[in-house]
Amino acid sequence: MMKPSSDPAGRRAGHGDTPPLLELRGITKTFGDVTANRGVDFTLGAGEVVGLLGENGAGKTTLMNIAFGLYRPDAGTIRIDGKAVNLRSTADSIELGLNMVHQHAHSVPTHTVLENLMVGLPAHNGFLDRRRATARLEQIRQAYGLHLDPHRPVSTLAVGEKQRLDIIRALYRKVKVLIFDEPTSVLTPQETQGLFAAIRALQADGVGIVYISHKLNEVREITSRVVVMRAGEVVADRRNDGALTNAGLATLMCGEEPERIARKNHERGEVRLEVANLRLHAAGGRHKGADPIDFALHAGEIVGLAGVSGNGQVRFAEILAGVERAGSGEIRVDGKLVAAPSPRRMQALGVAYIPEDRIGVGLVGALSTGENLVISRFGDEPFSRLGWLRLSAIRDFAARQIADYDVRPANPDIAVSLLSGGNQQKVIVARELSWSPRILVIAQPTRGLDVNSAAFVHRALLRLREQNCAILLISDDLDEIFQLSDRIAVMYENTVVIDTPAETATTIGIGLAMTGAARQAVGQPA
Amino acid sequence: MRLTLEPRQSSRLREIMMPFTAVAASLVICGLLIAIAGADPFSGFLIMADAAFGGKFQISETIVRASPMILTGLAALVALRARFWNIGGEGQLIAGAMAAAWMGANQSLPAPLLIPAMLLAAAAGGALLAAIPAILKTRLRVDEVVTTLMLNFIVLYIMMALLSGPWKDPVSGWTDSPDILPQAEFPILWAGTRLHLGVFVALLSVVIVGLVMKRSVFGFSIAVVGENPRSARHAGLDVNRVIILVALMSGAFAGLAGAGEVGGVQFQVIASISSGYGYAGIIVAMLARLSAVGIVPSALFLAAIGTGADEMSRQIGVPFFIADAVQGISLIAVIVAMTLANHRIRLHFGRSRQAEP
Repeated sequence: MMKPSSDPAGRRAGHGDTPPLLELRGITKTFGDVTANRGVDFTLGAGEVVGLLGENGAGKTTLMNIAFGLYRPDAGTIRIDGKAVNLRSTADSIELGLNMVHQHAHSVPTHTVLENLMVGLPAHNGFLDRRRATARLEQIRQAYGLHLDPHRPVSTLAVGEKQRLDIIRALYRKVKVLIFDEPTSVLTPQETQGLFAAIRALQADGVGIVYISHKLNEVREITSRVVVMRAGEVVADRRNDGALTNAGLATLMCGEEPERIARKNHERGEVRLEVANLRLHAAGGRHKGADPIDFALHAGEIVGLAGVSGNGQVRFAEILAGVERAGSGEIRVDGKLVAAPSPRRMQALGVAYIPEDRIGVGLVGALSTGENLVISRFGDEPFSRLGWLRLSAIRDFAARQIADYDVRPANPDIAVSLLSGGNQQKVIVARELSWSPRILVIAQPTRGLDVNSAAFVHRALLRLREQNCAILLISDDLDEIFQLSDRIAVMYENTVVIDTPAETATTIGIGLAMTGAARQAVGQPA
Repeated sequence: MRLTLEPRQSSRLREIMMPFTAVAASLVICGLLIAIAGADPFSGFLIMADAAFGGKFQISETIVRASPMILTGLAALVALRARFWNIGGEGQLIAGAMAAAWMGANQSLPAPLLIPAMLLAAAAGGALLAAIPAILKTRLRVDEVVTTLMLNFIVLYIMMALLSGPWKDPVSGWTDSPDILPQAEFPILWAGTRLHLGVFVALLSVVIVGLVMKRSVFGFSIAVVGENPRSARHAGLDVNRVIILVALMSGAFAGLAGAGEVGGVQFQVIASISSGYGYAGIIVAMLARLSAVGIVPSALFLAAIGTGADEMSRQIGVPFFIADAVQGISLIAVIVAMTLANHRIRLHFGRSRQAEP
């Protein structure tokens, strides 16, 4: 059991004779065709706060999930206190003193704070011991300044308080290593300062802390060391001695600007899709008031919308697709106001939507490839007539699309859930492009795809651009944004903060805008 | 030692064998129950087989018994395909039976219209009852499992109130409704048996449901909504509309089952008009693996168990409740078999936490 009053100086070291609290060596992990971690080394000493930085998909969360026992590495060793361990589940790692505070709190809303703390803890003589739990809660309050009324139902807690509950729950057991996964993305500035105070108290107490974040200012403020990952590998490991700058970190995270893919130059056409004064969320909710969005998409251009995931891109896309309703503001297609947007209405106006969550919302996994190819249009000619399906027309269409897009296996009757990620994406792209949309909203088009499938999708998008379609490309992958876009926009905290021609954009500028370090324009507005 | 389930590649053979294995397993367990009841399981099964399929009359009786379960099975099939958990087949059947009995006693209708009117009224009665939970689900997100189940009891007690009040048979004074008009009795399809029009309605419904599910735009919408409502919404389908239509369709089939019992078997509403057919329909649909064609053999199986158990209790004193036991066991067996068709059981011995450095 960790004693709040122990001498921090003696446990600070983390180097020298005492082995590091957590040591990862040569960690490799692949998911299908994608390598999330490639030979990663990582150490964490007592009393250290290590910032783990990187773009989405750089492999930060995978690495920490491996340390926490959620995933097993394909190769590599994990040592805790110098001893190699074989983590079969999070129960093992928790027992060994690791814990993780996730972005979204995990608690039972109908129960009280105290009851949530006692869940999963060993009962005392078969009974839950409320008195001991209350005493421990008081101990934690005194040691770290973290407090919650034990009798409040969790459903009445604010987001920041729920997160505090998760931290208290981690401390309730002995904890040596605490991993925070983007903890401030849901917090107000005041709550963030409260969290930092608790992190400093834990640090003084010798707890090792991993702080996963995209927010450069916060990382520079709270950490003692910064590890930067890119494409599954560690590219930098620096002490936070005051010499780190946002620009330097952004360059490390994003790398150099990649070459744009060769494309025919042509003038962009008329405005196809326009939003004015658009707010993603209704006012007065739990969402911080963001500036409204004014944005236009022209025929024959690809606009890359960059941003760290969770800054409102998914909701923006779903509003444009008619799936979600905007808090306020207007959407115009071809200059005409869309009065009551719905998926069907937006489709009728020529808007196709390819969502990032393929198997969750893009496809129906249990249905076949052929059925999925017509899922948004089976009620229309030629796939049905007078309410009855025309199976031969559907079959012919599916065979043609499968051949054109080289979907494998080339069998329209196989359940689409059995296809690889790349082939699933081909099915969705084939389906949505088959009806020659005038506007395309596509999110994370190549996430999880192998190189060949990704190149295939990129070629399809450029072809569509030449056919004068207006394309909004939402992606976490900056390389992709730079390779394909005519214009680059950035979303940060539910609004568009930058909108600039691709030629004048730099990765540093875009990277800084993504991390909120620079809200002001980089480059000229389009 | 630990026991875990691990997913495995699905195979066509296992898929096809699955319901048969489940039925076989439930019969073996049932044999054990017969033995516990003090009878010889083999002679028990012989008696059951003979009672269910021993001759023209036995076979026709089994079919008559199966026909309401075919309809409630279809009701469950349609609903389950859309993942609308309609446990209310029993109540919808009773509502249909009451509507049919009310129409069938209606003097003012011309005779040729009487039977179509009964069928229509029964379908409408069942559909309207099912609409309540569907509307509550789509408008207020009230869980339909609870509402459909609770409505069963509400309708049951409304029926009991009617039977012991306004509908009490004036002649006998029993808690049965007045008889329907003679010209409202369903015609017999096969002389010398009780095979009535309702059986034909049931079989026709199987064909209709099969076609709708496989070939119609609506059937495809049901599959998409049931498998993934979020994808359905993204694809531009009106998910709520599909759910409400599914509920109406499901309730209508259950209501038709009630019409068959009133028009073809009882000729009035009696307190035990359903004997659990509404609930049995769920088992029928599960045994049929939600295939319309499969509904017929699985309803016949449950009907045969019912008639067989009747006879067994008469001849060798095994309690009739054995039929309920087989029903229940076969449902559990199907669910287990469905899991095992796609998973294998693995045993793990010992436990290791820390590997040697």
